[in-house]
Amino acid sequence: MADTTKAGEPTDATPNVSGVQVVEAESEEQAVAALDEPVERGEPILQVRNLVKHFPLTQGILIKRQVGAVKAVDGISFDLYQGETLGIVGESGCGKSTVAKLLMNLERATAGEIFYKGQDITKLSGRALKAVRRNIQMIFQDPYTSLNPRMTVGDIIGEPFDIHPEVAPKGDRRRRVQELLDVVGLNPEYINRYPHQFSGGQRQRIGIARGLALNPEVIICDEPVSALDVSVQAQVINLMERLQDEFNLSYIFIAHDLSIVRHISDRVGVMYLGRMAEIGTDEQIYEHPTHPYTQALLSAVPVPDPDAREHRERIILTGDVPSPANPPSGCRFRTRCWKAQDKCAEETPLLAIPERFKSSDSPAAHESACHFAEEKDVVHAA
Amino acid sequence: MSEKTIERPTTDEAALAKELEAEEKAAARQASLLRDGWADLRKRPLFILSALVIVCLLALAIAPSLFTARSPFSNGFCQLQNSMNGPGSGHLFGFDVQGCDIYTRTVYGTRNSIVVGVVTTIATTLIGGLLGMLAGLIGGWVDMLLSRITEVFSALPIIIGGLLIMSIWRTGDVWTVSFIMAILGWPQVFRIMRGEVISNKYNDYVMAARALGADSWRIAFRHILPNTLAPVIVITTMNLGVYISAEAALSYLGIGIQSPNISWGLMISDAQDRFLTSPHALLFPAGALSLTVLAFIMLGDVVRDAFDPKMR
Amino acid sequence: MTIIDPTDAVPAPRSGDGDKTGPLLEVRDLHVEFKTREGVVRAVNGVNYSVDSGETLAVLGESGSGKSVTAQAIMGILDMPPASIPKGEIRFYGQDMLKMSGEERRKLRGARIAMIFQDALSSLNPVLSVGFQLGEMFRVHQGLSRKEAKAKAIELMDRVKIPAAAARVNDYPHQFSGGMRQRIMIAMALALEPDLIIADEPTTALDVTVQAQVMDLLAELQREYRMGLILITHDLGVVADVADKIAVMYAGRIVETAPVHELYKRPAHPYTRGLLDSIPRLDLKGQDLYAIKGLPPNLLKVPSGCAFNPRCERAQDICRTDLPPLVPVTERDGTELPGRASACHFWKETIHG
Repeated sequence: MADTTKAGEPTDATPNVSGVQVVEAESEEQAVAALDEPVERGEPILQVRNLVKHFPLTQGILIKRQVGAVKAVDGISFDLYQGETLGIVGESGCGKSTVAKLLMNLERATAGEIFYKGQDITKLSGRALKAVRRNIQMIFQDPYTSLNPRMTVGDIIGEPFDIHPEVAPKGDRRRRVQELLDVVGLNPEYINRYPHQFSGGQRQRIGIARGLALNPEVIICDEPVSALDVSVQAQVINLMERLQDEFNLSYIFIAHDLSIVRHISDRVGVMYLGRMAEIGTDEQIYEHPTHPYTQALLSAVPVPDPDAREHRERIILTGDVPSPANPPSGCRFRTRCWKAQDKCAEETPLLAIPERFKSSDSPAAHESACHFAEEKDVVHAA
Repeated sequence: MSEKTIERPTTDEAALAKELEAEEKAAARQASLLRDGWADLRKRPLFILSALVIVCLLALAIAPSLFTARSPFSNGFCQLQNSMNGPGSGHLFGFDVQGCDIYTRTVYGTRNSIVVGVVTTIATTLIGGLLGMLAGLIGGWVDMLLSRITEVFSALPIIIGGLLIMSIWRTGDVWTVSFIMAILGWPQVFRIMRGEVISNKYNDYVMAARALGADSWRIAFRHILPNTLAPVIVITTMNLGVYISAEAALSYLGIGIQSPNISWGLMISDAQDRFLTSPHALLFPAGALSLTVLAFIMLGDVVRDAFDPKMR
Repeated sequence: MTIIDPTDAVPAPRSGDGDKTGPLLEVRDLHVEFKTREGVVRAVNGVNYSVDSGETLAVLGESGSGKSVTAQAIMGILDMPPASIPKGEIRFYGQDMLKMSGEERRKLRGARIAMIFQDALSSLNPVLSVGFQLGEMFRVHQGLSRKEAKAKAIELMDRVKIPAAAARVNDYPHQFSGGMRQRIMIAMALALEPDLIIADEPTTALDVTVQAQVMDLLAELQREYRMGLILITHDLGVVADVADKIAVMYAGRIVETAPVHELYKRPAHPYTRGLLDSIPRLDLKGQDLYAIKGLPPNLLKVPSGCAFNPRCERAQDICRTDLPPLVPVTERDGTELPGRASACHFWKETIHG
């Protein structure tokens, strides 16, 4: 338990609950009603504040004793605006998939808040939580394991209606399912088929149709195309962009493919070992990165242009990502950073616009969690 | 780049529709995984052979009087003067030491063997399956408790367990024997069920259902249970044969079915002393037992090949 | 941190190999079939390619293109049955390996031709220490003692830049990170200084920053030992970074071959072109990505004629009936373009049009 008490220490610069208009609902009815209120385009729809998730490490069979914690997410704050796509990139183990599960309420947060339309969804239960589930949906990474092999396509896409019967009357469901199949570019006649009769790209479309069934406002996409063939990835990305326009969706797009993230995202956050290293618009992050980790990440991406390899400077990081069960003190990245100094071990850098860029309106003036943030031009993908 | 066309995927699908339509017919026939398995089963000669034998055995068990004019329970069925007479006209399998017709007893013994096999299998599947599912789904201390209880039961050797229960409960009919074997046999099904539930519990489609707001009931019965059935079906079919031979073994040792009930194991036990002089009294019931067990184990084998996704 | 400026030119092919003429490895008209429940899957349908010493050939393709099956056929590690090789030659220094005895091939494997797999964790034996597994190569092929083999193992781990090699030689695979495990796989492949290394998606399972480390290491070692390298991948970025020449595969056939710069500049097959066009580009942000329509082919039912025809924008009637052969690609005026070939009836229109 010793570790969880530390979770509260400020890790991000964003002040507590800054800019969140908290909606205090007195009854469940009010809460549900507030969740159905529309949000103006460009206004924040989802606001995450100091989100923490520690997985306890226990020893012993009968009497469990906590011996530590995997700090999968360790104090993250960001906003998602209505109608935008926020990309989240990072390497394996950085906590990006845990963020997705926290946002979906599939894992309980250790600390911190997630405000959806001003209500903290980490504290909701019962009808209000069910209403949130209707509005925030998810697309999974692996189209082979995310569809129940024993259910027909019609049952899979129709299941949301079974769980939330108020969305579609019973007699209308088959038609709705066929409509959804058509929307995602599948033949509506396939309604009685089973998942194993489809290719990976088609299965991902089925998963998207299921995610759309309840008319959600936010969709969390956890590596939605990384399991697909290159030639099929582009089809699915195009479909997702078209659906965003058609249904006025806000996306959180989690991926490790930096060029695809750049293509689809309005803003991008870079995660490293449970923390946000840098966040800004796609241009700020890709063209004017100020955090050394972002710079290394961008320069390491292989560029699909053989002419670039001869005159391209690459930053090759040494070593591996440290274990999230025992992360370095201060700045998480300092063990692999070429700029690291004593200060980095002692003081946690806050996610804020660096002091030196504060007064300038250059694109470098965006939030970056580095004591020595500076621009560095890196040749990179896309 | 001028030839770039950006189409809605619906149009792509339309272009492929023709080709896919041709596949449609073939696909419709073998829609589900279970039906896939069935289609595969039907093509296997071993399946047809074992199914034929089992159908005959079932007929014998349900209506033994159709296959023999005599009844082993009627007066005068056993004539001591016929004791140990070999096979002859009207008495195909000969007589045993009491002078009873072995053919009739073998036919009537089928019912007890099949009943013990089926009842034990159903009981073990229900007890083991239900508890296994609870342990897997709930986890935590429920799982720990049930797993420990299972270990206690599976640590009991069947012979000692059987002796123990029989010494308390001396009836020796099919129900007692089935009860003993079910008590000692369910841990196997429990372990398989629990393992399957746990491995399915963390699948993405279960997570997807939770994300939709599905309750535990729906997740258990709609998502997890159907995906655990194939291995349970396989083990159930194989167990039928195993339990039938276990019954014979218990009866042979005198801790299973007891006279006047008829059991192949009992018949074998009675005939063993005189095997050298009149082998027929042992060979016919033993042959019937072997054939039955073989048929069920063969069936279990082909069912596993057809249903186990790992074998595909 | 190191900053690497990879300006080194590709080394000339190893010349000291005396009497051995021709390429290091040559695959000729290779066919591989799998017998399955649903029918015969023709995974490889007449593949031709060659690699020289010190050269990197990238085989580019999606799942089901036959790129990995070809590699397994070269290594001789296909499960036969269900696989069979009805036709073809695999010449290693001019000798057809398919005609060799099992024992002869076994001697080549590991010693002269080595392979690196995608999933390093499942390719290493979890119950043996990495030092033991690395040393095994020397014990089996060179008959060294346990002690000598361990010393060699430490030396190898140093070569692939595993920190504190001497201290970690007795560790087990699960004690290493993904990147380190892949280094151990590379060390194992390099142990006997083979002439040819086949790397099947060596970095796909790794993170971007680690991927860069591993690819750099592989390229450096290849230069040093002057090995031939066959890199099997679906990643257009990795290919552009390390390959000398490229073979693009689709539905079990090679549809295009070209030197790396040429391929990216002027693809001569509509499939290659589609792949390159579907890479997200900065100037097209906010627009739809270019997408090759349709689905990758079902190998049980490969379309007649050109396998790519249902997905191709240039497809004409001839594409649906006649299988296009892999023909040399030339400039508009007929000047030869060395190393270039395309299996498209309309390659002229694709490259020049």
